Amino acid sequence: MKPNVPVNRKGTFVRLLRTLFEFFPVLMPVALVCILFSAIVGSLPTVFMQKIIAVIETNWQTGDWAAAAPQILRLVAILATMYGLALISTIVWTQLMAIITQGLLKKLRVKMFDGMQNLPLRYFDTNDHGDIMSHYTNDIDTLRQMVAQSFPQLLSMFVTILAVLVIMLYYSFWLSLVILLGSLVMVKFTRSIGGKSATFFQRQQKSLGKVEGFVEELMDGQKVVKVFCHESETCADFDRLNDALMSDSKQANTYANTLMPILMNTGNFIYALVAIVGGILLITHAPNLSFSGMAFSISITVPFLNMTRQFTGTIGQVSQQINLVVMGMAGAQRIFELMDEEPEVDQGNVTLVNVQEQKDGSLKEVPYRSNVWAWKVPQEDGSFHYTRLTGDVRFEHVDFGYVPEKTVLHDISLFAKPGQKVAFVGATGAGKTTITNLINRFYDIHNGRILYDGIDIMTIRKADLRRSLGIVLQDTNLFTGTVMDNIRYGQLEATDEECIAAAKLAGAHDFITRLPHGYQTMLTSNGANLSQGQRQLLAIARAAVADPPVMIMDEATSSIDTRTEAIVQKGMDALMYGRTVFVIAHRLSTVKNSNAIMVLEQGHIIERGSHDELIAQKGKYYQLYTGAFELE
Amino acid sequence: MIRLLAKSIREYKRDALLTPLFVTLEVIIECIIPFLTANLVLEIQNGCELSTIVRYGVILMVLAGFSLFFGRIAGTTAASASAGYARNLRRDMFYNIQNFSFANIDRFSTSSLVTRMTTDVTNVQMAFMMIIRGAIRFPLMLVFSFIMAYIMGGSMAFIFLFTIPVLAIGLAVIICKVHPLFVKVFRKYDTLNNSIQENVQAMRVVKSYVREDFEKEKFSTAAEDVCRDFTRAERIMAFNSPLMQFCLYSATCLILGLGAYFIISTQGVALTVGKLSSLFVYSFQILVSLMMLSMVFVMITISAESAHRIVEVLQERSTITSPANAVMDVKDGSIDFDGVDFKYSADAERDALSQIDLHIRSGETVGILGGTGSSKSSLIQLIPRLYDATEGTVRVGGVDVRDYDLDSLRNAVSVVLQKNVLFSGTIKENLRWGNPDATDEEIMEACRLAQADEFIQLFPHKYDTYLERGGVNVSGGQKQRLCIARALLKKPKILILDDSTSAVDTKTDALIRKAFREFIPDTTKIIVAQRVASVQEADRILIMDGGRIVAMGTHEELLKSSPIYQEVYESQNKGGQEDEA
Repeated sequence: MKPNVPVNRKGTFVRLLRTLFEFFPVLMPVALVCILFSAIVGSLPTVFMQKIIAVIETNWQTGDWAAAAPQILRLVAILATMYGLALISTIVWTQLMAIITQGLLKKLRVKMFDGMQNLPLRYFDTNDHGDIMSHYTNDIDTLRQMVAQSFPQLLSMFVTILAVLVIMLYYSFWLSLVILLGSLVMVKFTRSIGGKSATFFQRQQKSLGKVEGFVEELMDGQKVVKVFCHESETCADFDRLNDALMSDSKQANTYANTLMPILMNTGNFIYALVAIVGGILLITHAPNLSFSGMAFSISITVPFLNMTRQFTGTIGQVSQQINLVVMGMAGAQRIFELMDEEPEVDQGNVTLVNVQEQKDGSLKEVPYRSNVWAWKVPQEDGSFHYTRLTGDVRFEHVDFGYVPEKTVLHDISLFAKPGQKVAFVGATGAGKTTITNLINRFYDIHNGRILYDGIDIMTIRKADLRRSLGIVLQDTNLFTGTVMDNIRYGQLEATDEECIAAAKLAGAHDFITRLPHGYQTMLTSNGANLSQGQRQLLAIARAAVADPPVMIMDEATSSIDTRTEAIVQKGMDALMYGRTVFVIAHRLSTVKNSNAIMVLEQGHIIERGSHDELIAQKGKYYQLYTGAFELE
Repeated sequence: MIRLLAKSIREYKRDALLTPLFVTLEVIIECIIPFLTANLVLEIQNGCELSTIVRYGVILMVLAGFSLFFGRIAGTTAASASAGYARNLRRDMFYNIQNFSFANIDRFSTSSLVTRMTTDVTNVQMAFMMIIRGAIRFPLMLVFSFIMAYIMGGSMAFIFLFTIPVLAIGLAVIICKVHPLFVKVFRKYDTLNNSIQENVQAMRVVKSYVREDFEKEKFSTAAEDVCRDFTRAERIMAFNSPLMQFCLYSATCLILGLGAYFIISTQGVALTVGKLSSLFVYSFQILVSLMMLSMVFVMITISAESAHRIVEVLQERSTITSPANAVMDVKDGSIDFDGVDFKYSADAERDALSQIDLHIRSGETVGILGGTGSSKSSLIQLIPRLYDATEGTVRVGGVDVRDYDLDSLRNAVSVVLQKNVLFSGTIKENLRWGNPDATDEEIMEACRLAQADEFIQLFPHKYDTYLERGGVNVSGGQKQRLCIARALLKKPKILILDDSTSAVDTKTDALIRKAFREFIPDTTKIIVAQRVASVQEADRILIMDGGRIVAMGTHEELLKSSPIYQEVYESQNKGGQEDEA
């Protein structure tokens, strides 16, 4: 969780309520009415009980059941009817709340997800992915608990407390006062224990995290542990963390376990107190003070004692629920925060359209897929100018930094004519990968211009700009689905044949046909059942099916064996053919045939030229190439 | 399974047994209290003295105090027993994993072991606490409450013979219907969350292919599906509280109606108003305990799956252990393979190694070349007995590796694994893995040999530089050099480098080999590599292909005789040395 975000409980609560009513304008009010109704009815029996007891009081010494029966049976019948109604409304609201809760969660999930798709890449680069995920897991889960349980329960308990309080005051002020004071003590207890328990549960969570981190690291390096016979030292380290976890867990659970006995027995104390005070009042015939003006009698004391149980029990439950509400509110706030994140801005108005070349050489926009693309540039007079998409990319004095204070690229100027291959070489942190983030406007540059076919990319609609660029990234990301689905990701309208053709081009066809279900093989967890090289081949096929005029290739850093590397290289070469290509090279063997090689150091281009020129220069590139320097 | 799990209770047995005892005491008091209050009401009705009321009040308070006291102790012992039990479980699992051989390690993935040691243990811990507190408390409460109700109300208690089965059957039906639904929907829910994670991680791909809308649609469909299933399950679950209310309400009506009849018709002999009101308390206690019992039951069912996964780890027996009367001393660094075949598992289709006969003299330097899948790594892993040969024998210093004490053997045979790992901690701490008693001078000496000293001296904190997890704050080449230094600190008789200089530049690679030649000439050195340059000066070079040694000889001999060697050599020397960083 993000620290230091002030909790705005009231604002969040209001917004949550508003959201609920907005999503469920009919169901929500109905549910509320039913909750209130069943709560009110649920607190009435004490009144009937008192009446029935009064009847018994007057009749029991005579032993004449027949005389009392009509009165009692009538009362029981009324009570049963009310119970019946309460039961029905309970069924209605519990069913409605089940529907509302799940519906709300779904809508929130979808809203969060939709909003998230429109966030700039910076958000994903600067926020921990685990933290982003916890919006969908922890926060949604606490919210479910709150909306489905705490919310209706609190409402109904609130009503119960109110109703019972009114009835109590109806009978006797004095006794009510005893109960109220007692309840106050009870709330204090619960809050303090609940708070302590929550602190220790957080500590337990932290300790558990430490154990988890340790186990994960050690299990990853378990073979090294074996090779160095380091088992006993490792066990000793583990014991320390494990014991700390135990002690936190013990304390947290001790407090949690103590809560119930405390609540119940404070309830018992109050009960005893009420009995004593009631007894004193009854016997001393002290003047009663109440709404009803009734004098003390046994028919007041007995139901009053029952109400004491009801009242303190409810107070106890409320104070328990409060802790859940606090958690739920924090979760709701985080969910709203994600929904409120500023989406990516796009002021581009230049779009990419299909065109047909006319006889006179001019371009005409056509509504079908002509495989000829052009940039449609709006002119000041309202007309459009069409520029053919060729893949000419120029950097003019580009400066860039991820944060304003720290420039990572300084005054970069370069050009790549259609069909040319430009390679970037340099040590880790030199700024190679950053360049890929700029051409497709994942990040915007601070100074200078980037021109695409002569058009400033700031004026191009982002979706169209990105559609005209293909990227093969260092780390391959595949999606859950079939191999075919994953290739088609590059071009959703592609036919099976087109996808297979792309796979063949990438050199992936061979291994795919050897998979158990060929192109229909299901991939899960980022293609865990494939090798690193195979995943890269699929990423290349995916880019091939998109068929963009400009490609950005970020070579994989992780070592794959030489044979697979050769196959991957061949696939990449096939994909590069006839396109403008930017290669971020981590191996020098792949850049030799580039039209231009840029050697980057700390954000500056320090050398540029073809392979032969750079070798002849005997500069940094020469040193890298001869192995005198480590590239990574 | 239960017996194996119970073994881990150990020193917490006392707390685990005390808990039900105190819970029992607590429950008894809880059931006496309504009995007393009923009598109190009776006394008040009969117009008793004030002192009687006060006496009852004080007794009530004392009992409440005791109940609180017992409840508190039971809560503490339960927490202590379950937290301690969980600790022991984790410890037993971890210790057992430390005994795993490489073959055992291969069988479990890291993430699965992590889940087993965290989430699964926490589930079992909660279930354990539920059992020692709840499994006693609620049935006891049920029985006591019923008995008390019988004592107080006589035949009135038979009302509960109607409500208890209704509630029990109702709950059972709900649980039976809802449990499989929840199992299914939680699996879907996991898939949904995994797909979000996938989307977050692949955001660059999503954005560069402009697939935001496609992803939204995909997600919305999946979310809709999860929502539908969840709602179905939750709606069945939602019948829990109306069911409870129904039982409570009908009990109340029956108690009131029948109670009034009994009181009046027997003139207060069979029942009194006070007893009547305590019947409500008992009826509530009975129904609540039934409800809680069903929750305990669900909890146990859920944790059974976790328990099963824990037992799997506890039951796993190491495939490699030191023999009795083990040889503790490794004489020299000679290695012999006699007719060795090797398979990774008994049902593997093909041998990873077949018919290996190889004899290496102490102090010799041997290079091994071969493509992926040629089983170079398999071969060297048999030497420190990380795996056992399926057929034939492997001898070190003239003794079968299976006769050695494992620690002695592995301390004499130092391997730098291909997938090597540094741990979070300072450089010094990491290097001391090789020898916990190494002096600073020895550490620096090893680093100088591995050509690591130079770059370590450039770090602001030098040897005390903190390495992040996985050594991400040093480069690949630096990491490999640190791993070599760590292996050197063992002062081994045999040093094996499994492709351990692939990210090191060629010049440094040569310097490392030179240092080996000059400073540890008596150590047997085996170098597995991709680069010919790394093995060129070795006394002998083995060429492996498909699990067999296909050629053996010096660089010059192989250049003449082995076509594979010629091919590799030429491809790597064409147009100068290529960097493979």
